[in-house]
Order: sequence, then structure tokens, then C-alpha cells
Amino acid sequence: MTPAGWIIMIVSVFGMTGLFAWCIRKVLTIPEAAEHLHSQSDIDPHDQE
Amino acid sequence: MAKEKWGSKLGVILAVTGSAVGLGNFLRFPGVACANGGGAFMIPYIIAFILLGLPIAWVEWAMGRYGGRNGFSSAPGIFRAITGKNRTAQIGTLAVIIPVIIYMYYVSIEGWCLGYAWKYWTGGMDTVVAEAQLHTAAEQPPATTPETEQLQLLEQKEAGINATKSYLLHFAGIVAENDHQKSGNLRILREFGQGSMPFLLICFAVNFFLIYRGINRGIEWFCRWAMPALVVCALIILVRVLTLGTPNSLMPEASISNGLGFMWNPVGHNLVNGDLVEVGFWEALSNPQTWLAAAGQIFFSLSVGFGVILTYASYTKENDDIALSSLSAASGNGFFEVALGGMIVIPAAFVFLGPTSIISAGEKASSLSLGFFALPGVFENMPAGHFFGGLFFFLLFIAAVTSSLSMLQPAIAFLEEGLGLGRHASVTLLGFITATGALFVSLVSDGLVVLDHLDFWTANFCIFLLATIEVIFFSWIMGLDRGLKELAHGAEIRLPKALPFVLKYITPAFLLIIFGSWLSREVFSNGPYIKALKENSIVQLTLAFILANYLFFAILVHIAVQRWKKIERNGKEVEA
Repeated sequence: MTPAGWIIMIVSVFGMTGLFAWCIRKVLTIPEAAEHLHSQSDIDPHDQE
Repeated sequence: MAKEKWGSKLGVILAVTGSAVGLGNFLRFPGVACANGGGAFMIPYIIAFILLGLPIAWVEWAMGRYGGRNGFSSAPGIFRAITGKNRTAQIGTLAVIIPVIIYMYYVSIEGWCLGYAWKYWTGGMDTVVAEAQLHTAAEQPPATTPETEQLQLLEQKEAGINATKSYLLHFAGIVAENDHQKSGNLRILREFGQGSMPFLLICFAVNFFLIYRGINRGIEWFCRWAMPALVVCALIILVRVLTLGTPNSLMPEASISNGLGFMWNPVGHNLVNGDLVEVGFWEALSNPQTWLAAAGQIFFSLSVGFGVILTYASYTKENDDIALSSLSAASGNGFFEVALGGMIVIPAAFVFLGPTSIISAGEKASSLSLGFFALPGVFENMPAGHFFGGLFFFLLFIAAVTSSLSMLQPAIAFLEEGLGLGRHASVTLLGFITATGALFVSLVSDGLVVLDHLDFWTANFCIFLLATIEVIFFSWIMGLDRGLKELAHGAEIRLPKALPFVLKYITPAFLLIIFGSWLSREVFSNGPYIKALKENSIVQLTLAFILANYLFFAILVHIAVQRWKKIERNGKEVEA
């Protein structure tokens, strides 16, 4: 393993791990959004008789 | 009945990450990286992540949630909702059949993973490679020179890999290549029944049980414990691999440190006439093939162009931060691929198999080559290898289930909202279609020909095609303003200022170059797949099978559009 190999490995592994950890932390600290979804089920087709 | 939705933001991120994390993260990525510059591969890989993977993922998330807000979760409904035109629903047909067809062979591989895990833990895989190597060694004359000895060792390794290949074919009940005359149908059925069929049935049952339970109580519930379990399994195997040291004192160069170097040093390796040739850092980076391989890896790894993200994103809440969710899922996939996948397979394979086998598998970009043909030799020689072999294949099984679940949901969503089927009917219908396909893959196969060609035409050609259509559709038809407004709605993170430019010009150009060069290499230059299509009747049957599925779903999409039109007409009449 050369010094360049060590550098690439450490930057790649910790870079990806760090980005993922930052994202998860951010997701968990933002409060959940309130919502109302308009769905197809909101439409009453009146053709079910 | 209320429309389904994810229980939490973390739930959807774990589900999308689970969809993306599969065999390719642990097997395909390290092999491709080694064969394309080693550590140098990470530069084009990260650039492709930024310019290709993430933008397409954002496109799919934005289109999916837009569709969800308008009451649609299936790709045909989403495309139609975006344009308001009925004919655009047919674009979505691709996004329904791609995951369904991939599921048909993916579930077989999932069954093999579970079967191998079971076999390792019950002692059934202990001597497959050793017996073949001993048998070959017994037939070889005594070596007189070091060169002859080296050659004989290579022959023994090759015999081991052939033995694992043959083991897989028998376990899977697959007709060996060019073996139609000798292989009676009864033998195939018996081997299939005694080998992989019970595991295939378990996989089908697990997948359809979870899909039947729905988005929140099925997929999200499973991914909530499966993804952490995946990390734990991978970490245990990682510790085992990193503490291997130098297992054979007679071969000091076969050490874990050299194995890590083989993966991460900025030096690529190629096989030229069977000899290993080093490729320098700049030489690797100046080779267009390295960039294409990196873009291809990002593309397949993130599950973009599958149609899965479109459907998953439609179940998010109206004010959710989909930009952050998308980034989280993409980086989660990168974590599994780089931090775990890149540290396990290659170093272990280097120590026990040597570099030639790794490059041979990596050049084929084949998960099967490295996973099922080469790795059994690793676990057979590794201390406590039966336990770690079982754990590794169980890890692959979990990763495969989280992916295969996501392949079923787009079709379930379509059958429910397009044809008005209930959950029971849609699960039954899809179960029948996919079971037919899975049996086709196992029992009609010619070696791994059916599986290989299904993979080529759906998981390569159709995915490239769909992703290219999606990006052009988003940037040029839906309109960037409208699309980016959807993406930014509820976003706590700031989107890059260059994103509109990247989405409008860079990503489509990047995609078109990759797709174009892929077409020119694989299709227009009469590559092996096209040659096989012209000559091999089983390959022709495979393509006919794909087209029949496409036609079937295209008709269903047409019926769905008529139904949606009727619902909307009735709604307007009531309003009037």
C-alpha cells in the first residue's frame, strides 16, 4: 500500500461516511412536515353503482 | 381508502437506500474499480456522482412527488399528470416493466444468496473448491521449474473456479451451456427442486408478504431493521478481513495490506494475454473507458432509470425535503459501496485468490463472477470461513431483498391505481407474472444465457433509455422552472446554483455520450450480445419474452388511461 493509496482510501471512505452521517443528522434534526396529499382516492367517481 | 405514505423521513431514506444497495455495491464496484485504475477510479466516480447520479436522482424524486401530489404513484400516471396528455402515459410503461423483468432474475440470485448462506452454515460448501484443486493437482506431473509450478498453481485455481461455477449451475438447476442433449428435463427439475427452488420460494414469499403489507407496514418496516442489520453484518466481515494479516507465511506478498493496496493504490491492472499489466494513474485517467466505467457504476448503483424512485417519491409528504432525502439515499448508497464494499471483497480475494482472478471478474463487470465463482474459494481458505461465508451471503441476501421489494412496488402501484385492482388481486397477478418469469430464467436457461441477456436488455439498455428520456423530459418538457420548484419545495438544504445548467446541458450530454458509446460498443459494432441475438434461438426467445411483457403492460397502460379519463369526466360532470 503506497502513501497515495492510503490517502485515496482515507479520503474516499471517510468522505462518503461523513457525507452520509451529515445527511442523517440533518434529517433527524429537521422536524417532520405536516401534510395533506391529494390523491386519486379523493376523487369520487360515482361510477361504482 | 387513503393513499399510502411513508411513516417518516428516515423510513423513506432507508427504503430508497435499500433499493439502491444490492449485490453491485459489494461485488460489482470493487471489481470495476480495480480493473479501471484502482484508486484513480475514484476521481471519475465522484465526478459522475455529482454530474450524473445525483441530478438524475433529484429529477426522479421531483417528478415522483409531483405525481404523488396529483394522486399518482405509478410512472404512467406520473408522466400523464406532468404533461396532462394521455399519450405520455406510455413513456411510463418502461418504468413499470424494467423493475418487473429485473425482479424475475434478481429473485433467483437472491435465492442463491440465501441458499449459499444456508449451505455455508450447515457445512454444505466446505470442500467444493478444495476437491477440484486436489483432483487437478493429482493429475499434474511433478513441477520441474518454478515457472511450471506457477502454471500448475494457476491451473488449480482455475479448476476451483470452474468447480464453483458448476456447483452454482447444478444448485440453481440451470441447463449447462451447450448441454441440451445430455441434460434431461427430469434431471434439471430434480436439481432445481433439491437445490435452489426452496430458497426461491422463500424469497418469493418474503417479498410478496412485505409488498402485501404495503408501503408503511411492509417495505418501510423491513428496511428499518434490515439496513442496520446490513451495516452490522458488513462491519463484522470487515473486521475479519482487516485482521487476516498474512495467512500463508510461505506467500508473504499475499497480505491484507497488499490487498488493500491492490484496491486503493492509484494503479490500475489489465489482463493482456493472461498476464497482469499495470496501468499508471494518468494513463488510467486519460482512458475514456475509465470514465465510462465510473459513470456506468454510478448509474447502476444508484438505481436511477429504474422507475423505482419515481414510485417511492410519490409516497412522500407534500412538504418533505426531497432534495435532502435524495442526497441522503445517494450518500447512503455510496457509504455501502465505498466504505464497506471497497474494503471487503478485493482485499480478501487478493489474499486467497491472487490478482488475476479479481481482474478477470472485474473486467466482465459481473457480480456473479466475483461473488459466486471466486469468493467461495476465499471462504474455503479463510479461518472460520464457513461462518463468514454464510454471513457474507446472508448480507447479500438482505441487500437483495431490500432491492427486490422496490422492484415490485411500481407494478403494484400501477395495477392498483391504473386498473382499480385491490391489493390482493394486484399481488396475485404480479406474483403470477413474476413467477412465470423466474421459472423461465431457471428452466429455459442455457448456462446463464437467459439471465445474462435479460440483464443486458433491461438493466442496461432500457435503463439507459429511461434515464435519458427522464432527464430530457424534466429539463425540456416539464420545464426546469416547474421541476426545480417542486424539488426546492420544503427543502432545508440549498440546491447548487449551477443545478439548472447541469440539468439542462451537462447531465443530458453526459448521458447521451455514455449511452451513445455504449450503443456503439455493444450494439452497432456487432458485439457479443448482438451476435448471440442473431445466432442463438434461446437469446431470441429471451428478447421475445421481454417484448411480450412490454406489449402486455402497454395494453394495460392504455386501459388505465381510458379508466382515468372516465374518472375525470365523471368528476367534471358532478362538479357541473
